[in-house]
Amino acid sequence: MLKIINMGMNHETAPIELRERLASESDSTLKALVSMKGLDVVKEGLFLSTCNRVEALFITEEAEEARRSVVSLMSRLGGVRAEELQACLYVFEDMDAVKHVFNVASSLDSMVLGEPQILGQIKEAYVQATNQKTSGVILNRLMHRAFHVAKRVRSETDICGAAVSISYAAVELAKKIFHILEGKKVLLIGAGEMAELAARHLLSNGVSSIMVANRTFDRAVEVAERFNALPVSFDEIGSQLLDVDIVITSTASPEYVITHPQVKKSLRKRRNRPIFFIDIAVPRDVQPEVNDLNNVYLYDIDDLKGVIELNMAQRQEAAVKAGRIVEEEVVKYEKWLKTLAVVPTIISLRNKAASIIRAEFLKSNSALGELTPAQYEAMETLTTSIAEKMLNDPIVFLKGKAGRSSLNTYLDLTKNLFNLDNNDTVPQNEESMRKREEKWT
Amino acid sequence: MASMWFTAALCFELLATGGFIVFIIRQEKWIFRCSYWILVTGFLFHTIFLGYRYYLLGVAPILDLKSALSFFAWSIICVYLIIQSRFKLMVLGSFVAPFAAFLMIISSAMPWTEVIVKPVFKSLWLTIHVGTVFIGDALLAIAFLAAIMYLIQEYQIKQKRLGAIYSRLPSLATLDRINYYSIIYGFPFLTVGMITGSVYAQYALGRYWQWDPKEAWSLISWLFYAALLHQRIAVGWQGRRAAIMAIVCFSVLVFTFVGVSLLMGGYHSFSSMGAR
Repeated sequence: MLKIINMGMNHETAPIELRERLASESDSTLKALVSMKGLDVVKEGLFLSTCNRVEALFITEEAEEARRSVVSLMSRLGGVRAEELQACLYVFEDMDAVKHVFNVASSLDSMVLGEPQILGQIKEAYVQATNQKTSGVILNRLMHRAFHVAKRVRSETDICGAAVSISYAAVELAKKIFHILEGKKVLLIGAGEMAELAARHLLSNGVSSIMVANRTFDRAVEVAERFNALPVSFDEIGSQLLDVDIVITSTASPEYVITHPQVKKSLRKRRNRPIFFIDIAVPRDVQPEVNDLNNVYLYDIDDLKGVIELNMAQRQEAAVKAGRIVEEEVVKYEKWLKTLAVVPTIISLRNKAASIIRAEFLKSNSALGELTPAQYEAMETLTTSIAEKMLNDPIVFLKGKAGRSSLNTYLDLTKNLFNLDNNDTVPQNEESMRKREEKWT
Repeated sequence: MASMWFTAALCFELLATGGFIVFIIRQEKWIFRCSYWILVTGFLFHTIFLGYRYYLLGVAPILDLKSALSFFAWSIICVYLIIQSRFKLMVLGSFVAPFAAFLMIISSAMPWTEVIVKPVFKSLWLTIHVGTVFIGDALLAIAFLAAIMYLIQEYQIKQKRLGAIYSRLPSLATLDRINYYSIIYGFPFLTVGMITGSVYAQYALGRYWQWDPKEAWSLISWLFYAALLHQRIAVGWQGRRAAIMAIVCFSVLVFTFVGVSLLMGGYHSFSSMGAR
């Protein structure tokens, strides 16, 4: 009995040091696939390695042994002791494995729920597996279904909806205020990783120019260089307020850098053009009352965190719906998997018919005489369609029994009835089996 | 016959309204597309209805409140369809369609009255006067709806309540622009409507202006909108203050349209127009 097994670790089960060791080299996936290919017990295999997870997915008939081999393979790969590794691994079998793969592809198992990268990483892993020819009928279907599920989850739920990072949330807000960011001017006051990240996001969303102000002008010049921005002195902030649209503040100043009267004064000269303050500093740089002015919007770090929490909750909600989609698709996959058991018998039935046709054709060849190509073709159509029609009902019957407990009885019965040779039931190779099987699924 | 077209228009416009409301909740594009085309169908029926009535009466069908409301609903949908082709703002329909449907429901609740068209109304000037005024009013109604949407959205952003309403409404800049452009285009229509009205009055009644209540109130609404435009263009008002002002202006306009006709008499009142 073939088993689908999924073994791996993610951000929850394994510390980062361990994950890093397994994913340290860029070709670790390739190495893993090559050694998997060398294992006799593993029929099909796929290896996924990202910064948050390392997983092996494989098909085997001897579950125990295959699991042991894959664990030792992974321990060799990372240079970790097998026992140490074992403690951090999760193992899923059959439909649980399928469900897990679907969850991972739909980003339901990710550290940041709904993050979009994982699907690309899985696709890449699958491409590598097909290149190494370690992926076969079962995995091919499984992976294609996984991509399909991920697509469904994305389009039918809000899982990738609103922003869940400070800088993205800031950009989203700016868009809700200004609609488009093209041509907008940004003033960055102070420096800091988060402020710079927000500025960078704004830039990639079309903001036209960035100015950087700092207490020490040299520092402003230094930061400005990184963005291709314009350094301005701290005293210029007041006059810059007349011109800019978005202000990001993150200074270490204990008192307000931007005050209510200062902004109020600038508004008339700005002709009421909206201005958006993003205050990332703690303690705050912008006086909170600024938010009460018309056409002025102020979000401090706590506000932005609140936005993110809200969006996170929204994604959690979407995840419940996504879970239902996954369940639904698992059932569909299971159904397909069960029909797989019928495939060898159906193929040998067809083979038998084909060989009878061939043999009878040869026998009648002399009686038929010279045939024109058109006649030959008609003859061939006639014989094959008779055979097809004869076999159609038994095949439909067998497919209908797929997944039932009585299936084996009927398979044996069919084999006896048609005297199907056991040697015939084993397909020549997987490739041809896959092609045939695709024809009728 | 006419009432059949009216009912068809009413049904489709109600259906479209339902669709637009479902759309704003479910946020699925196909719902919008269906609602949009249902509204277009309703609009076509509505146009046929108005055309047929025009043919029957020989004058634009606005001589009683029932007809005037239905004509106003038609004008708003017409303006909406034009704006939609420019701004492509799906959520706008969810505000405009209920508004138009609301007018249609009031209109449908009123009885059909026999209108005897006085010879003085059988003039092309009347149609031009009423047509321009109504298109202007419709644009200003859209400005009013955009102003309401702006205030809701601004409140959400200022209060940092970024929930379902926030994500469904468009950006502040877009709403402000719709408000601005609707007024910029609506105001000249209103102006032309008043000028043609006064030309028509001279031609029909012998005087350009006679301080009829409707005339006086039209002038007041016109001055309100002129003030709003002045503040916007010269002083640079935008956003919240402009939105509130647009709402105030529109209330004055609504009073001019409905209140004056019903309460104050004068030759603009429906009772003096021959409706019984």
